[in-house]
Amino acid sequence: MSTEISSETVAELQELMARYPQPRSALLPMLHLLQAVEGHVTTDGIELCAELLDISAAEVSGVATFYTMYKKHPVGTHHVGVCTNTLCAVMGGDAIFDRLCTHLDVGNDETTADGAVTLERIECNAACDFAPVVMVNWEFFDQQTPDSAVELVDALRSGQDVVSPRGATVTSWREAERVLAGFEDGRVDEGPAAAGPSLVGLEIARDRAWSAPSAKGGEDS
Amino acid sequence: MTDVLTPVLTRNWADDRAWTREAYEAQGGYQALRMALDTVQREGGPDELIEQVKDAGLRGRGGAGFPTGMKWGFIPQDNPKPKYLVVNADESEPGTCKDIPLMMASPHTLVEGVIISCLAIRAETAFIYVRGEVLHVVRRLRAAAREAYEAGYLGENVLGTGKRVDLVIHAGAGAYICGEETALLDSLEGRRGQPRLRPPFPAVEGLYACPTVINNVESIASVPSIVSGGVPWFTGMGTEKSKGYTIYSLSGHVRRPGQYEAPLGITLRELLDLGGGMREGSEVKFWTPGGSSTPILSAEHLDVPLDYEAVAAAGSMLGTKALQVFDQTTSVVRCVLRWTEFYKHESCGKCTPCREGTWWMTQVLQRLDAGAGRDGDIELLLDLCDNILGRSFCALGDGATSPITSAIQYFRNEFEAGMRTPSWELFPPERSVAWASPVGDEAAEVTEGARA
Repeated sequence: MSTEISSETVAELQELMARYPQPRSALLPMLHLLQAVEGHVTTDGIELCAELLDISAAEVSGVATFYTMYKKHPVGTHHVGVCTNTLCAVMGGDAIFDRLCTHLDVGNDETTADGAVTLERIECNAACDFAPVVMVNWEFFDQQTPDSAVELVDALRSGQDVVSPRGATVTSWREAERVLAGFEDGRVDEGPAAAGPSLVGLEIARDRAWSAPSAKGGEDS
Repeated sequence: MTDVLTPVLTRNWADDRAWTREAYEAQGGYQALRMALDTVQREGGPDELIEQVKDAGLRGRGGAGFPTGMKWGFIPQDNPKPKYLVVNADESEPGTCKDIPLMMASPHTLVEGVIISCLAIRAETAFIYVRGEVLHVVRRLRAAAREAYEAGYLGENVLGTGKRVDLVIHAGAGAYICGEETALLDSLEGRRGQPRLRPPFPAVEGLYACPTVINNVESIASVPSIVSGGVPWFTGMGTEKSKGYTIYSLSGHVRRPGQYEAPLGITLRELLDLGGGMREGSEVKFWTPGGSSTPILSAEHLDVPLDYEAVAAAGSMLGTKALQVFDQTTSVVRCVLRWTEFYKHESCGKCTPCREGTWWMTQVLQRLDAGAGRDGDIELLLDLCDNILGRSFCALGDGATSPITSAIQYFRNEFEAGMRTPSWELFPPERSVAWASPVGDEAAEVTEGARA
């Protein structure tokens, strides 16, 4: 457990603290960064945050246990979240989750024996028009089926390149956590601006030559 | 007549590299900021911007529909403390999926809105609190903020005017409750995301006990269009008390789920007709107008104008305009159970009615879902809801009762059936999935094959 947290990491944690009017505001990003470094929230990480922010370890622990993205156990190389909130569940999320449990031989919040994939049921991830939705390291994989989800996790386990249809090439859960903490990874220009259902209304409007009124001179259509 | 669909915020989403400053500027981006800076430096000053947004009648697009300009006006300008703008980008209300695609496709629309809004309320620091579970959106926001600094739109001297606006992109860590504005503030201060007692309201004592405005992404993103389009342009769309355009998010058993931007007041029937209606062989059974916390409506409500007043008159709330549509294959008991499990999972634990009540309701609903309901369970659910609604600390508890009371109102017989028959026998789940036909047997085969 007592992995040494490097001085570079400490410097980055301090960099995050300096971004806010009050340093404690950086606690959530700091915990994201420590997950990137350590693979989960560790006792060492909690104590380091407490020391840097001059608050108690209990206070940091209270925060780390409140939010579902912070993990108390090591996470696999990839985090696979299946939305089983109502709409996705009805549209197939339950069937996808069941199939992945069987295929990977894991239950909720468990990691495959090879350490490649941690499977988790997740709540609504704000992509209901793409239901059912699966997230890999918090990148969108839209309109999934049990078969496509199995293909997806098999590709992840075999180390193939996997690309989100509305995002970047999948890296690892730890690398994703580093971006969430506040450090860019140069992948912002990958993927489209929008795709599929995001563009439905716009496409119908264009087909029918509909638009908002023009700003000057009232209505133009 | 205004057109049926009026893309404003979604207009550039199909543009090449729409997320970049270059693309945003090429379609007129940041011109509204220049106009706002002119306004601020004229006689009317920042108050004139607040008046514009008030006169436009922009109402909060995050669910509550509170007038945005009025919220801005509550900031005590004689208070010497710093003022803050916080954008609520913690989009997590089940069914709601408009802010995420907006920030993914055109983050600069939001950044421009942030800067203008800061000028109006005289804030020098803004935060975008985005939920953590959307990696690529976080990338796009960070890059947009960086580009805006590079172009001089953000920083200590906005476009050479001497105005200062700093912007911090802050990723959350998975907690629905942080969409509640005071819980969001606690979270942004590095604490557990639990709501605060009001008063004091955030306008007086918000972030770091300083005057703070918290607005939804879509509300702030609408501000540049109001500044550049003008008040009459904005109020020319929508209905009498629900002005302007907005994004409706259609999902579920419909032929073309997706984002539809229209003047407030369009109906679900009109939206469905635009997208070719329901999927093959499917008819509307029930739907949410604005996420799971808004009472469900049924097929008899297809012609209710989707504005704040008409949806309220129909017994629900416009909410986030998240239209989740379920067809006749769907068990309402199963859906209500799953939503209730969600509220149970997300209850922050601060107040007893919500913390305990959502657990109790889940237990009762699990029985009904399994066909093992007991005599009096429906009355027990209604009694529990009665003890939560209006007695919980924040709107999460209230919202948890909405699906239950409304579903019992419209589909009581299904809850009664839950005394004897499991939901999965009455409504086989394999008929509801996206890859199934609601009428054919092939559905069952596909799912069986998938499970093998």
